[in-house]
Amino acid sequence: MNRRRIDLFVLSFFMGLLAWFPAYAQQADLEINTPAVAAIKSAMQARHTTLEAHYASGAIGLTRDGFVAVRDANTVPLSQRQGVNAEVGAENNDRRKLYQEIARANNHPEWAEQVQSTFAQRWIQKAQAGWWYQDASGAWKKK
Amino acid sequence: MIERTSSPLSLDGRQRLGAGALLALASCTFSACVTINIYFPAAAAEKAADKIIDEVWQIQGKPSGDKQPGDSANPQTGK
Repeated sequence: MNRRRIDLFVLSFFMGLLAWFPAYAQQADLEINTPAVAAIKSAMQARHTTLEAHYASGAIGLTRDGFVAVRDANTVPLSQRQGVNAEVGAENNDRRKLYQEIARANNHPEWAEQVQSTFAQRWIQKAQAGWWYQDASGAWKKK
Repeated sequence: MIERTSSPLSLDGRQRLGAGALLALASCTFSACVTINIYFPAAAAEKAADKIIDEVWQIQGKPSGDKQPGDSANPQTGK
């Protein structure tokens, strides 16, 4: 009888494991294929065609917290400065929405901050040579 | 005179009940583990970020892990 009980315990252990596995496997990837993420992404993609030149000129740079900021407005002709400010504002709005949406899509809205800091590192890591970014202390550096 | 304290049949029934309870307990234990398993998946987040950044910045072909040769989280790095 004792032996049978042990067998049953082992059986229930594996059944429990079976129930647990799909939940674990699901964590291998973060859900990013939602309509909201797609919409934000395509807006950012379109905006990048204008922002790209400003990254290269050093007018704007990547901040250490995952956003963009005007770094040196003097490199932008006066007539275009307001436009650049507006683009930077719109970009940061989209980025904030993106971080929140990814956290929300994965059923953990409280992850938004960690998603943001992950992105902060990856934007800088993937930035092209010559672009400006903020180091950990907040100082601007050229890549 | 031999008297049985309990028949094998009733013992079996009790055993079955015990096993059922045990199974339910084990399942509950494991589902509880899943419920409280809410750590931030850093590697998955990095992968997701890379994918999105590549699309937004239209970075093509180039493996994203080129600056981190040891980055096992990125399957693209394999040559």
